Amino acid sequence: MTTIFTDNLSTFLSGFGYTLLASLIALVGSMILGTLFAILEILPNKALSIFGHTYVEIFRNIPLLVITMFFYIVISNAIKISGFWSGTLGLTLYTSAFIAETVRAGIQSIDSGQMEGARANGLSYGQAMSRIILPQAFVVALPSLANQFINLVKNSSILAFVAGFDIMYQANVIAGLNFDPFNTYIVAGILYLIITLPLSYYMQHLEKKSA
Amino acid sequence: MIILSSMFSAFSADNLKYLLGGLGITILVSVVSIVLSFVIGSILGVIRYEKIPYFSRFVGLIIDIVRNLPLLLIIFFTYFALPRFGVHLSILTSAIIAMTAFESMMVAEIIRGGLKSIDFGQTEGARSTGMSNAQTMWHIILPQAYKTMIPPLISQFISLVKDTSLATAIVLPELMYRAQIVYGQDNTYMVPILLLIAAMYFVVNYGLSLLAKWFDSKLA
Repeated sequence: MTTIFTDNLSTFLSGFGYTLLASLIALVGSMILGTLFAILEILPNKALSIFGHTYVEIFRNIPLLVITMFFYIVISNAIKISGFWSGTLGLTLYTSAFIAETVRAGIQSIDSGQMEGARANGLSYGQAMSRIILPQAFVVALPSLANQFINLVKNSSILAFVAGFDIMYQANVIAGLNFDPFNTYIVAGILYLIITLPLSYYMQHLEKKSA
Repeated sequence: MIILSSMFSAFSADNLKYLLGGLGITILVSVVSIVLSFVIGSILGVIRYEKIPYFSRFVGLIIDIVRNLPLLLIIFFTYFALPRFGVHLSILTSAIIAMTAFESMMVAEIIRGGLKSIDFGQTEGARSTGMSNAQTMWHIILPQAYKTMIPPLISQFISLVKDTSLATAIVLPELMYRAQIVYGQDNTYMVPILLLIAAMYFVVNYGLSLLAKWFDSKLA
């Protein structure tokens, strides 16, 4: 096992790097998109809230692989994007639906008196949302957001389907060369756990604190 | 126009029958894995909750490790790495075992969370009326805990249905795999077929999520 790791050090490390990179890009992208759609969902405007809700329900209920394949074989026909970007974009859209749900629940948990108070003080709806409501909502949503990030890191293994050079993809390449899938996949597993386990314990810590 | 005509040929009776067969396999794998992981997950969740010296810790560690690995890795591991120990599984069994192993751990955490939400006074009350530890768990705690767990369990099962698509990687002929076969015949089939299977997955999962909402409103 250690020899497999040291023999393929650079391959594994570059896979680790790509997994981290895809996860971080998708995290930032899906936080922005997810927050936007969460706000759309709770807007008083019926058409916009139905639009937000439809987006969330669609991307939450179809498999990530279907979304990713759509980018990989359909979108990449029109615009030249690599497997890495197809996977990362699919990951971003998929995760944004879950983040929207989490953030929406966070916003709705904030007492409506906060919005009324802010509006009574002369803040516009946008100002009240961004300065008063959202900061409190994110604190409430933090444990489940951490959970979504763990899922995101695990789901980034989807890149292996579209030649995205992540840990899973590189592990398959290495296992194909050394005919030792057992130890290769264990090394890959440890690499994933290096990212996800600390996050998981951090999340449990956050949950204990908020409980 | 081109899209419309390719839609007609993409949705030919043969293709539709073939895809519906794939949906059948997806549902088969999902249902078997849901039942198995519900049973195994419940047992593991109770073990972790009960704090049996060393044993619960050990089970907890296994749960945390497997839960934090990508399912795709577990699927590959089951299918490609286990034969080394003389365990040769068919594609279908590998898929079911990998899904069950992963989902059991997720279910175990949900069960433990549900058990923890039940007031400790319930245990004390049951124990002081003369029930054994196991009776308390079975008759008093679990029935109450399952109520709070149903919505998260159903959303876990929704992700299970979606995750069956990952078994494409080991050539399980489920919906996603069969879709790839169909649009492999003709490039113009890609968009209609992907939209069609997205709709199929959506119908199954949205149905499940409505069920979760219905339980939620009934239990609240």
